[in-house]
Amino acid sequence: MDNSPNERKNNRRKFLRVSFLTGLSAVAAKTVCADIPVDPEKETGEMVTLLSPDGQLVKVAKEKINYMEKYISPEASRKGIPHRKFVMVIDLAKCKNARKCVENCQKAHHLPPHQEFMKVYLMQESEEAAPYWMPKPCFHCDKPLCVSVCPVGATYKRSDGIVLIDNERCIGCKFCMTGCPYSARQFNWADSPYLHVDQPYSPETSVPGKEGTVSKCDFCPDMIRDGKMPHCVSACPMGVIYFGDQLEDIVTNGEETIRFSELIASRSGYRHLEDLGTKPSVYYLPPVNRQFPVDRGFDHEDEINQRYKDVPYVKKMHKN
Amino acid sequence: MESNKRKQELLKEFLPQLEKTSFLWYAWVTFLLGAIFLGVYCLVLQILKGHIITGMRDNVVWGVYIVNFIFFMGISYAGALVSGSMHLFKTSWRGPILRIAELTTIIALFIGPLYILLCIGRLDRLPFLFMYPRIQSPITWDVIAITTDLFGCLIYLYLSFIRDFALLRDSGDTSLPKWRINIYKVLALGYHDTPTQKKRIKNVTNIMSAMIIAIAIIVYSVLAWIFSVTLQPGWHSTIFGPYFVIAAVFSGAGVIIILMRVFRSVYHLEKYITKQHFVGVGMILMVLSMFFAYFTFSEYLTKWYGSKKLDDNLIQILFTQYFWQFLFSNYVGTLLPIIIMGIPRFRTINTITFAAIVAVLALWMNRYLIVVPTLETPYMPIQDTRLEWLLYKATWIEWCLTFGGVGTFCLLFTLAAKFVPIIPVSEVADAELEMSEALAKGQDNHAATITIPAKKQVVLKKEANEL
Repeated sequence: MDNSPNERKNNRRKFLRVSFLTGLSAVAAKTVCADIPVDPEKETGEMVTLLSPDGQLVKVAKEKINYMEKYISPEASRKGIPHRKFVMVIDLAKCKNARKCVENCQKAHHLPPHQEFMKVYLMQESEEAAPYWMPKPCFHCDKPLCVSVCPVGATYKRSDGIVLIDNERCIGCKFCMTGCPYSARQFNWADSPYLHVDQPYSPETSVPGKEGTVSKCDFCPDMIRDGKMPHCVSACPMGVIYFGDQLEDIVTNGEETIRFSELIASRSGYRHLEDLGTKPSVYYLPPVNRQFPVDRGFDHEDEINQRYKDVPYVKKMHKN
Repeated sequence: MESNKRKQELLKEFLPQLEKTSFLWYAWVTFLLGAIFLGVYCLVLQILKGHIITGMRDNVVWGVYIVNFIFFMGISYAGALVSGSMHLFKTSWRGPILRIAELTTIIALFIGPLYILLCIGRLDRLPFLFMYPRIQSPITWDVIAITTDLFGCLIYLYLSFIRDFALLRDSGDTSLPKWRINIYKVLALGYHDTPTQKKRIKNVTNIMSAMIIAIAIIVYSVLAWIFSVTLQPGWHSTIFGPYFVIAAVFSGAGVIIILMRVFRSVYHLEKYITKQHFVGVGMILMVLSMFFAYFTFSEYLTKWYGSKKLDDNLIQILFTQYFWQFLFSNYVGTLLPIIIMGIPRFRTINTITFAAIVAVLALWMNRYLIVVPTLETPYMPIQDTRLEWLLYKATWIEWCLTFGGVGTFCLLFTLAAKFVPIIPVSEVADAELEMSEALAKGQDNHAATITIPAKKQVVLKKEANEL
């Protein structure tokens, strides 16, 4: 009896998800077909028939097809993916500090063990307040102070809402790091093997990093162009992190796909430190009706657990 | 002409400083070169190994370097504001200390910006500041402001040198080598002390002295805005502009007193740099320390009185972890000049110098307390296990580069004092002449009545009669 509205809801979700992924794939396809300069010596005159994103058959010179190459140059990375405004919603009620988002992000971005674009904090506003786990990527603010203060335009805000860093432009003055109130940015303090990756640098992948420049979470635009979710989203076993497009009003955590506005409205979504006026693109759902007790988050080696020793909850725990 | 004769006389007196170099001088310069060499070695290390060898990390991204940057920029205020305003308001006793103030300005202004370069991760990309400038960024404002200031101060300094260069060129019987006389000849720009030239140089100096005061205020405010435009609780403050300006003049006045004391002993200038000068600049120091104390008090009172969590965190660590530094920089450093200058019995040349040294060190510490503790208390809690990531501690590399900068300052000053008389000869001779003329006419010298008490005037009158 009650099933029918639920089923309808499920059907609608399925539809939304399919349409969202189709949208992303279209973006991806457009990238694949991007017209890139070709080596004239390699021209053979061979033509290939392809299906374009809008459903038409087109003939393209073989050399003009850029098959798997999704390389976005630093210059090209300054333009956002058209008609998109990416948002992230993090459901604090589901997070148990499994750290899968951190680890996968580190792996994908070739980060050393201590450097984390995505960090998980143990937050407790006061001694009386409830502790909760808070995964924190870069907030990709709509009014980013880091971008305003950069003297050379090495960090920039794109039309799709993503804030990127071009480490071939960055002079390493670290002004953006003092400008960011969310400690999202990190400096490459020394040369390390992690910085030597054999692939062309793109601000969209943040790989390879460069000594003496700043880096941070990039919202994985390379994955988005591929029609995939950012690494942290797909890695999370609890489905904590939703990612999507505010213009299409859809977010998904890979398991369920929901209207962004509905999710925020029904779960009282908020943005961290809203009063600073930086207008983050990352929203949080408050940690109510939690799926796991906070203690489950301490299932790590001492090195990790040690981080949280100053949180009142942990202090109290050690006392008992 | 009487003034010309007097100028030659004065020059004769100072020429030995330019002509002869003692063993001690060479030893001193070697020592300074050693300090600079060590600094350069550390710089090379830092470039080769990266910023990892400094104490800076992801939370405290700016450390001692930026403190030194603010400090040297502050000292550069000495000439800009102190000598500029002394010139503008025609303070009668300014003569003998003007050049010290101006040299301080220009030398500190060369060294200050070097420290901001040390904070930059990729020095090879410095041209980007000019290739891709973004006017929204306070760093771009700073680049524009500092270069303007540097040019303005260079012009002002040069103007004050021209007449002495001309004197040195014309001073026939010196044992100075020929090449140095030739340099003086070129630098004097054909100045021959004709009435038109005299008037022209006076007018230009007046205009420049007013201009560098304005430029200096802008430069130091822009420097303060680098901090106060961010959202960091310890920096995001509306009074930072004027606060930094006052602190800068304060430290500048302190450094002038220290240098006056040094040159007085080394060059035996007891006749020229008298207690009156120490009391004069000491008074400026006292007034500034009162202003500085007032600004510091209002800055921390408002943070402490309210209950904002982050302000509270900052005040907490300032009064616990940094208690002694806070006590020294904001209590001792401000109260000592006030006590020593405020009670006439305490005013001796040595006590005033002591107060100045304490004030200058306190101001360095004050800047440290503005930069480091703020970065140690960010909005997001620091959850890290690595100790050096939690708290900032400057490494020996940073200290060596700091001393290297101080060494460069001393070396450039030593060399400048070898090249031109440390006392502006023409300026002093003219001032003496003016004074004796005015007294001869029995008129009140307007400037003298403002700054010199009646007792001193009698002394001056005696001195003028002796001439």
